[in-house]
Order: sequence, then C-alpha cells, then structure tokens
Amino acid sequence: MSAQHNLVMQAKGLVKRYGQVTALDGTDFELRAGEILAVIGDNGAGKSSLIKALSGATIPDEGEILLDGKVIHFKSPIDARRAGIETVYQELAVAAAMSISENLFLGRELRRAGFLGSVLRMLDKKKMLEESIARMRDLKVGIRSMTQPVETLSGGQRQCVAVGRAAAFAQHVVIMDEPTAALGVKEGNMVLELIRRVRDKGLPVVLISHNMPHVFEVADRIHVARLGKRAAVLNPKKISMSDTVAVMTGAMPPDEIPAECLAH
Amino acid sequence: MNNWKEKLPPIGTLGPFIALLILCIAFSTQSDRFASSENLSLVLQQVMVVGVIAIGQTLIILTAGIDLSCGMVMALGSIVMTKFAVDLGMPAPLAILCGIGVTALFGLVNGLLVTKVKLPPFIVTLGTLNIAFAITQLYSNAQTVTDLPPAMTWLGNTFRVGGTSVANGVVLMLLLYLATWFALRETASGRHVYAVGNNPEATRLTGIATNRVLLGVYVLAGVFYGIASLLSVARTGVGDPNAGQTENLDAITAVVLGGTSLFGGRGAIVGSLIGAVIVGVLRNGLTLMGVQSVYQVLITGILVIVAVAVDQLSRRGGR
Repeated sequence: MSAQHNLVMQAKGLVKRYGQVTALDGTDFELRAGEILAVIGDNGAGKSSLIKALSGATIPDEGEILLDGKVIHFKSPIDARRAGIETVYQELAVAAAMSISENLFLGRELRRAGFLGSVLRMLDKKKMLEESIARMRDLKVGIRSMTQPVETLSGGQRQCVAVGRAAAFAQHVVIMDEPTAALGVKEGNMVLELIRRVRDKGLPVVLISHNMPHVFEVADRIHVARLGKRAAVLNPKKISMSDTVAVMTGAMPPDEIPAECLAH
Repeated sequence: MNNWKEKLPPIGTLGPFIALLILCIAFSTQSDRFASSENLSLVLQQVMVVGVIAIGQTLIILTAGIDLSCGMVMALGSIVMTKFAVDLGMPAPLAILCGIGVTALFGLVNGLLVTKVKLPPFIVTLGTLNIAFAITQLYSNAQTVTDLPPAMTWLGNTFRVGGTSVANGVVLMLLLYLATWFALRETASGRHVYAVGNNPEATRLTGIATNRVLLGVYVLAGVFYGIASLLSVARTGVGDPNAGQTENLDAITAVVLGGTSLFGGRGAIVGSLIGAVIVGVLRNGLTLMGVQSVYQVLITGILVIVAVAVDQLSRRGGR
C-alpha cells in the first residue's frame, strides 16, 4: 500500500474532556477511500468518543475534523448526515411495525409531484417502493417483499435493512457501531457480507467492533484506540489476533510492533 | 415453537367490524326499535361527540401515549365557548374559536410536560384531567349555560336523506375521520406519528424531530376535543359543566376496541370510528332492552380489558 491514498475523512489532535475525565487526548484518525477501517479499543480507550465526534453526536473541545480535505464542524448527527455520513447503531434501529420500504425512507420520504404532493403533501409510495427494491437488490439483500413489516424479519435481516438504509443514502462515509453485536453467528456473517458489498460499491466504512474474528474477516486496516490516543494502525493480514489484543490492552507497546504489521 | 398465541392475528379493522355486526344483529333480535332508521340515526348523533374525541385520543395512543383528560378538556371547551357567547356577548364563531383555543392550549400543556419535562403521559393527563374539571366547575359555578345563539347549535340540526335524518355534526365527524385517515396514511407527518410510537429512539436517529411530532399530536388532539365541545353543545343545546364524564373513558374504549395498540405504533383511525359506534350501539341497545345504566358501565369496563388483553397477547406472539 502506498501513502497516496485519498483521505476521505481525517481528524487531527481531537480532545474531548468530560469534567475531570479526558476521553480523547489528542487522537488522530484517517479513513481512506474504498476501505473498511475497523476501530477497536478497550472500554474507556476513547473509541466511542471518537465515533461520536465523527458522527456529530458530540462536539470535540479541540482539534479538527476534515471531510474531503475541508474542515467541518458538526453540531448534531443531522449535520453529519447532511454531509453524507450515515451511522448504523448497535441496537436494531428500525420501526418494527412499519414496512421495509417505509423504514428505508423514514425521515426522507418522497412526495408526489404536482398538487397532490405540494398541497396535499401526499407520499409517493410507489416510487419509494420501487427505489427500495432497486437499492436492496443492488446490495443483494435477499428479502422477498419490501412491503412486509420489519418485525416479520430476523434480527440479521433487520440489521441488513439498517445497513442498507445507511448505504443507500450515504454520500461519503458509513459508520457502523457494533452492527453485529446483537446477532447470532449466521446472522452476523450475513451482515459482514453486506458490509463488504457496501465497501465494494465504493463507500468507505468505519466499523466499530469488539468481535476480533469479525474485525479480521472484513477490515482492511485496524485503528487501535488506547488511552484517548491512536496507539497504532495495524495491517490485519500481517499481525495476529493475539498481538492485536496485546496492542489494544497495552501489553505490547506501539514501538515494539514489528514494522511489517503496521498499515501504511 | 408454535404457541397458540402466535396464531392470534393482530386485531386489525376487520375484527371490530365483525364485532359491531354481531352486536347489531343481537340487538335487533332483542328489540324491534333497534334497527329502525330513527334509532340508528340517533345512535350516530350520540356517537359524534365520543367519535371526534376518539380521533384525538387515537393520535396520542399511536405515539404510545394516553390522554385521560380528553372528556374534561372537552367539557371545559364547551363551557368557555358558551359562556363567552352568552355572558360576554361575543359573536358565536369567535366564541367557538376561543373554546377550541382553550382545549388546544390544554393539549399544548400536556404535550410540553410529556416532551420537555419528560413526564409519563398517564400522570400528566391525570393531573390535567382534574385541573380541567376544577376550572370548568369554578368558571361555570356548576351552572348550565343556556340561551345559546343558534349558530352554536347548528351542528345538532338534521337534514333528511331518504327516510333518515342525519345531523350536520355526524357529517362533520365523518369528514374529520376522512381527513385524519388521509393524513395518517398518505403523508410523511402521519407516518412519523406511527414511527414515533414504534421506536422513538430509532425515529430520532433518522433525523425526525420526534418532540415536535409529539407536541403536534397533543395540540391537534386538543383541537379535536374543542370541536367535540362544539358538537356536545350542539347536541344538548346547552353548555353543560358535567359533560364529558362518560366520554372520557368511552373515547379510550373506542380506540382500544378499534384495534389501536396501547403500546403505540399500530392501529388505524377507521377502527376508532367503528369502536365509537360499538360503544354507542352498546349503550343504545342496552337502554332499549331496559338494562340499567350501571350495567352499561360494567360492560364497557369489561370490554376494554378484553380488547387490551387480545392486543397484548397478539403482540407477544408477533415478536
């Protein structure tokens, strides 16, 4: 890998303090075009504070975040979404009694053209349904009918709907916060497969996960958060799972990591 | 594991409709007068107040809330509009708007307490129920307001279609149901009401201002109670400080019988209309059979519990 990769998203020297606690202590972050970047770290390593800052859920005290080389200031997750960053959450964030198509378009419904849409504010259900079918087929999510309520789906299929929604609307980045944590083995694999397809469609993915086998299965690079900083960026093809855990817990100091195990 | 509970279909709208049919058939075998066109049109006139309150109640229950204050707020609205017109000599349309304004204000207070102070709707509306009742009694001196201008009772007037007389208010009620049905089904705002009831956190994360949806629902419910105030005034011809006492629970009963889930996010507005008619038919039919009104209260109470139980069991199976 050369250093010539396009940086889609970048953070420099992020600091976030909660009273006496320093959650982020000058951490850096780099996401390249077309990659799956796993973010791992022990509890309190600053992993979730980093993700919250990137997705607009918290405002960092210091440091800057760049999207496509431009400095951005998110005040809310809505700002991040407007900038093309979509986030998938651990809990299955869908409205169970509503249809898949309605869930995909929740909050960005399409209205009919002309009088029906502008005055009566009538929804274009047919168009939303067609687009749902097209987008889910694009991602090869094998769900028979887009009009069935989400509650008729399995947990994995529901998470696929959430991932599909993010992938369908994200312009720049998809952030996934423990998307497989609530799922069984088979269901988890189904979601991993989908995450790979999202990347292959050209969207870079930030994957936060505790699950090492999942991280090693899909990640192109691994960002290790430790003590509010970025301890290292590892190459999962070169480093072992146990060494990765050692870096994460501090048993292996960053300067002892073999050079070939670092991602460049 | 195929539990029998999983096989229970969600109530939907067909269930209440069948229940209504059975009820009507049963009553017409018991009383010759029940199925007469005058009686059925009377039932609809009796239903219109509860029916319109039930629209507001449905919106709130769809968001997984509940409004215990609906009947009392309706009574306050009718006292305000009649006293403003009679005591202050205000023109009827303005007095009516003031009455609806007061009920909308109560909706706003309920909504603000639920969204900003994050209090449970049950407790909030239990409080405003008593506040509205007390203000109604204080402001009216517990006296009925009479000598209303004709414009206030116009909705109680009837016109004839074929051999049946239909009250203007019944037409208004049906139009309000039609409008709400359209808004809930075909507009984004309507779908957001369902989404908030289904999963408020997920809905917020999609960027929908869930508190604004909730606040809008409570205020709109207040407006519906205000319209019900006018219908109640029109039907009885007076401003009655003791109105709304049976309507309070009847409206909730109508919504639940109509298949809207108390857990929020599921249900259809048509169901509430059928539910309101069921309550009306039940009261009317039992009266025709000479059953004491205490037993009617007893039966309505049992009915709500049965409907809630069916809802609860079918939901458990569906997950």
